[in-house]
Amino acid sequence: MNEQLAFTIEVFANGLMAGVLYALVALGFVLIYKASGIFNYAQGVMALFAAMTLVGIQNGQVPFAHLINAIFGTDVHKFGWSVHSFVAIVLTVFVMIALAWAVQRFVFRHLVGQEPIILFMATIGLAYFLEGVADLMWGSELKALNVCSSDGTCLPQGMNMWLEGTTYEALGYGFFIDNLDIVASIVAVILVVGLVMFAQYTKQGRAMRAVADDHQAALSVGVSLNFIWILVWSLAGFVALVAGIMWGAKSGVQFSLSLIALKALPVLMLGGFTSIPGAIVGGLIIGVGEKLFEFLIGAPFLGGATENWFAYMLALLFLVFRPQGLFGEKIIERV
Amino acid sequence: MKYKLGTMAVAGLMAASPVMADLVFPSLSYRTGPYAAGGIPFADGYADYFAMLNARDGGIGGVMTKVIECETGYNTEKGVECYESTKGEGSLVYQPLSTGITYQLIPKTTADNIPMHTMGYGRTSAANGDVFSHTFNYPANYWNGASGAINYLLNENGGSLDGKKIALVYHNSAYGKEPIRTLQELSAKHGFEFKEVPVDHPGQEQKSQWLQIRRDKPDYVIMYGWGVMNQVAVQEAANIRFPMENFIGIWWSGSENDVLAAGDAANGYKALTFHGVGSDFPVFDDIKTHVVDAGNAAGAGDQIGTVLYNRGLYAAMLAAEAVKTAQAIHGVADITPAQMRDGMEALEITEEKMAALGLPNFGPSFNVSCANHGGDGLVGVTQWDASTKTWSLVSDFAPTDMDVIGPLIAEDSAAYAAENNIEGNC
Repeated sequence: MNEQLAFTIEVFANGLMAGVLYALVALGFVLIYKASGIFNYAQGVMALFAAMTLVGIQNGQVPFAHLINAIFGTDVHKFGWSVHSFVAIVLTVFVMIALAWAVQRFVFRHLVGQEPIILFMATIGLAYFLEGVADLMWGSELKALNVCSSDGTCLPQGMNMWLEGTTYEALGYGFFIDNLDIVASIVAVILVVGLVMFAQYTKQGRAMRAVADDHQAALSVGVSLNFIWILVWSLAGFVALVAGIMWGAKSGVQFSLSLIALKALPVLMLGGFTSIPGAIVGGLIIGVGEKLFEFLIGAPFLGGATENWFAYMLALLFLVFRPQGLFGEKIIERV
Repeated sequence: MKYKLGTMAVAGLMAASPVMADLVFPSLSYRTGPYAAGGIPFADGYADYFAMLNARDGGIGGVMTKVIECETGYNTEKGVECYESTKGEGSLVYQPLSTGITYQLIPKTTADNIPMHTMGYGRTSAANGDVFSHTFNYPANYWNGASGAINYLLNENGGSLDGKKIALVYHNSAYGKEPIRTLQELSAKHGFEFKEVPVDHPGQEQKSQWLQIRRDKPDYVIMYGWGVMNQVAVQEAANIRFPMENFIGIWWSGSENDVLAAGDAANGYKALTFHGVGSDFPVFDDIKTHVVDAGNAAGAGDQIGTVLYNRGLYAAMLAAEAVKTAQAIHGVADITPAQMRDGMEALEITEEKMAALGLPNFGPSFNVSCANHGGDGLVGVTQWDASTKTWSLVSDFAPTDMDVIGPLIAEDSAAYAAENNIEGNC
């Protein structure tokens, strides 16, 4: 096989995988925006908070240990036990549901009917608050994240040897795909199918869609806006947990994890803020686009490191032709 | 009315109080934000050393030390605010802990006559004390790092890198680009092929860069990274099965934080250093006895012996030794920032002195002078053992190629002097 063609295919495949990881982050934004019209600036911090909570529970870390020690003069840091990954994930989901309730109860319930920009500003405040709480609760140090099953199998990392060997024998060039990216892709597919089925076939899902279409009409037929918003923020919290696990497994859990939100913005611009499939397709286009551009033009002619700005440029280019994004709803307002 | 009178009384008292006779060391720390994992141990080490001096020795020369911590969040604007809010406290020396803050503070500290120590970071050409009168970057700078890595590889390859391919994976910022010129010069001198691989901030996604390395097959990779970029790079290198022993990071890519997330895959990774690693030094016994056990540790006491804790402690030790030198020069114990600058400029660090301080073989011996604010530029190499989760020094603190670095420093500092109408200080 032609070497340049092989490299291009490899870059394309890895771009798809990276796109799935971007889409995982973008999904959380879409869920909340679709149901409430709020652009949740805190989505990246929610991923950080969820991942930190997961690792903290797994390691038996005492939450707010530094604060407790400072106030009471104690020296407690760990409970002395470790929690199985599955149990820790379930407990973290409960924490994210509690967070969703608190956000609704103490922030957005008081802002019903406010301008979207006010709601957006509230999420900025929420992001800083949540970051501070995460710091106080679990500490700032970097934590390794290992999600393992009961038989000791953990999230796989590293090159997929089977794929490399097979492609080498067949094509004369062994392709590189990261095992973690393969797992992330499978998880993303399950997540999207699950979310779509939930929205289509469950009573709560239909109520969620009703609120998304017209929350006043939904209210008039007895749908509880409070409940739906808590539900949506809980789902976004769950998606944040999944994104936090996948990204945290690559880099460890640390505060820069919240910056993954930057990767989701061009995906949202491209895929549309209101479409779950749009987040996936947008993620794939951004992932492939930025990787191919870096490989074919960025690195050879522009000195490299073009991915960040190219993702936004690609999204802007799409916006010229489809301002609502590829799958977004076209909004026509009377003037 | 009572409240107003009370406030006025307190303000009056404060204004009338004499200046506290403490040796003040501001700590521009970053315990929050994306880089907190690196900022916390450094700040702890810096504070704990001074706390130990107070508890064990009654301060320095009989004057107690005082550390004023100000949170920068690794943000340049906040760093400058911290400087402005603490410089009036009698601050003796600033450690900005950020190249961005350093660049902002170079003119300010010069105008305010307060010295600044940028150990292993900041503006590399500040090593030329003739131009940068108040900035010091001993014992080593970024260019010493680049040369140190090449010298180490020369030793590994029997003195020749001819025909070898070396890639630089760097944070695409002013910091990350620092070694490029030096490595280009060294490439021409030693005949190796040099390849630049930039990574955009923050560096959470580096698939393109490591696929490029997989295609290019360099013999060695040098990394100038920071924060999450380091952890991702180590993981990605492991993913493509790049030999870890051929992967060398600068000292800001060589802490426990950078390798722990990758687990066993990081085994063998190397990093440059200008100070010792581990906690097997007598000074740590004193830290434990006088600071941790006494409940006065800056942190939880669990960072002792980590790379960045040791770096903070080393910075504090060098500051304390400069105070002693200044006290000896001027014959006063309660020195001023200007006198501190004199002490830094006359600093001599010898192995005998280090051993007496409880830090035998912890760092290189070096001298500072009016013209040379960068010390002798000796650089060592450490290697990570994933099974014991420890770094160990695998080389001596060796000289770097000043024939290459010297002219680069002279060129860059001359340009700065011309821009700012600076005449020679020495």
